[in-house]
Amino acid sequence: MRRQSDDAMTLYRFVMMIPRWWLLLMVVPALADEGIFDQYRDLMGDDNPAIFVIEEGEEFWVQSQGPSAATLEACDLGLGTGVTRGAYAQFPRYFADTDRVMDIETRLLYCMETLQGRDREVIAAKPYSLRGDFGTELEALVTWLAAESEGMTIAPEQAHPKERAMYAMGEEIFFYRAGPHDFSCATCHEQSNKRIRLQQLPNLTEHTEVAEAYGSWPAYRMSQGLVRTMGWRLQDCFRQQRWPGLIFGSEVSIALQTYMAVNAAGGVMTAPGLKR
Amino acid sequence: MNDTTKGRVSRRRLLNWAAALGALMTLPARAWATVSRPETAFDATALDQALMALGQTPTRHEGVIFTTPDIAENGAVVPIRVEVDQTVLPNVSKVSVLVEMNPNPLAAVFDIAPGTEVYIETRVKVAQTGNLYAVVESDGQLFMASRETKVTLGGCGG
Amino acid sequence: MAGRIKIRAQKKGELTEVKALMRHPMETGMRKDQAGESIPAHFITEVAVLHGDQTVMQAHWGAAVSANPFLGVRFQGGQAGDAVRVVWTDNQGGTGEGETTIR
Repeated sequence: MRRQSDDAMTLYRFVMMIPRWWLLLMVVPALADEGIFDQYRDLMGDDNPAIFVIEEGEEFWVQSQGPSAATLEACDLGLGTGVTRGAYAQFPRYFADTDRVMDIETRLLYCMETLQGRDREVIAAKPYSLRGDFGTELEALVTWLAAESEGMTIAPEQAHPKERAMYAMGEEIFFYRAGPHDFSCATCHEQSNKRIRLQQLPNLTEHTEVAEAYGSWPAYRMSQGLVRTMGWRLQDCFRQQRWPGLIFGSEVSIALQTYMAVNAAGGVMTAPGLKR
Repeated sequence: MNDTTKGRVSRRRLLNWAAALGALMTLPARAWATVSRPETAFDATALDQALMALGQTPTRHEGVIFTTPDIAENGAVVPIRVEVDQTVLPNVSKVSVLVEMNPNPLAAVFDIAPGTEVYIETRVKVAQTGNLYAVVESDGQLFMASRETKVTLGGCGG
Repeated sequence: MAGRIKIRAQKKGELTEVKALMRHPMETGMRKDQAGESIPAHFITEVAVLHGDQTVMQAHWGAAVSANPFLGVRFQGGQAGDAVRVVWTDNQGGTGEGETTIR
């Protein structure tokens, strides 16, 4: 008996002496598994706090605001005055009234300006939440509008020459290497089964993957307790590439969204997603 | 997820604990705290301290069924579940959840009414990889289970 | 915006399963905003789940419960059509309430 317990103690001491990096080596192959977070996501269930933001967005839509004390209900999102159902799935698109291709965020700003008489610059100065915020009006509106397209087919227009030009520009920027790291969007997003740390990176040149990625934004980001939009996602990618800040509502932003949306065409809108 | 309501509390229907709750909701938070909140345990900055403040050092017991993910995609939201095998741990009146590595380890205390199943699901913040504890009060004694959850760093900034 | 609660209450055999999602930032008081200023602590401290006029469960929470908190509980004796409510109060004196019926 005595002898046995001594052996056990020796074994225990030996195990405790294995340096920590050894344990890390043992962990890494397991981490490479596809389903590493499956158990985590199963436990999370499907209760997505984005449902609150959807509700808030709908309320903003019908709320009288600005010098004109008007609602956004007369806003034309491309499918006719006030039509919200399915509108998100067809952005970005060309609008004759502005003679340009717009993403949903710039279109909403246009409606706030023209219908409500609000100052575009004021809203554009802070479209997205900062740390400690609990959601902006624009985030809420975009989340609700995305939910209004849930289950629908991603179908951006490519009929107008300006829409096709926007796609071409997006494609060029996607592969354009720049910045101190000589990074392009493609550096992270043109191969399948790659990840940064443990986060899977979608291959945005491959239809299934880009459809899944594009269709799941806007998404509730658990780490931030906020719903984030595709416009924000692109700004954050630029920051991570150490590129100059991506200007909200700029051609570059709309071009990249067009590139993704067109590559994702035929996929299904599942937003708002639930992401780490 | 279907119904949403907000606004006034219908006091007519608040009885039992609910009566106390309804009344206290009109008082400042501090007043509530003095009534029933285990303030000392919540203020504790170390696990041992927090466990002591809950009454006694709990005994490990397999009747406490504690589910947490082995690895969490994000420490800000770690889903947890506490269940109890009531054939071995009857008359459970309290369930507490503690996170070892948090600045204040005690995350939540649930008072369970008789007739309520001991089944709690929630999501907690976990500052870094470490043990999570579920402490259960059964017939006035404390029992516990612990689980290690690894917390990963996010890939893209946050 | 704060104060909202989404509740589902479903009969599962003998048990009623309640799932509630609450709209709340659950700030710990330890974070700083973009400008480097401390964000004040703001979190739900007390939550109760009621079946009709009976309290099923009452909880005391710290700031370690995640933002937009989720709560799942199960109790016995619920019937389809019964009212289930969730109420909370936070450290700044805010309150929230939501109600649904068991289905």
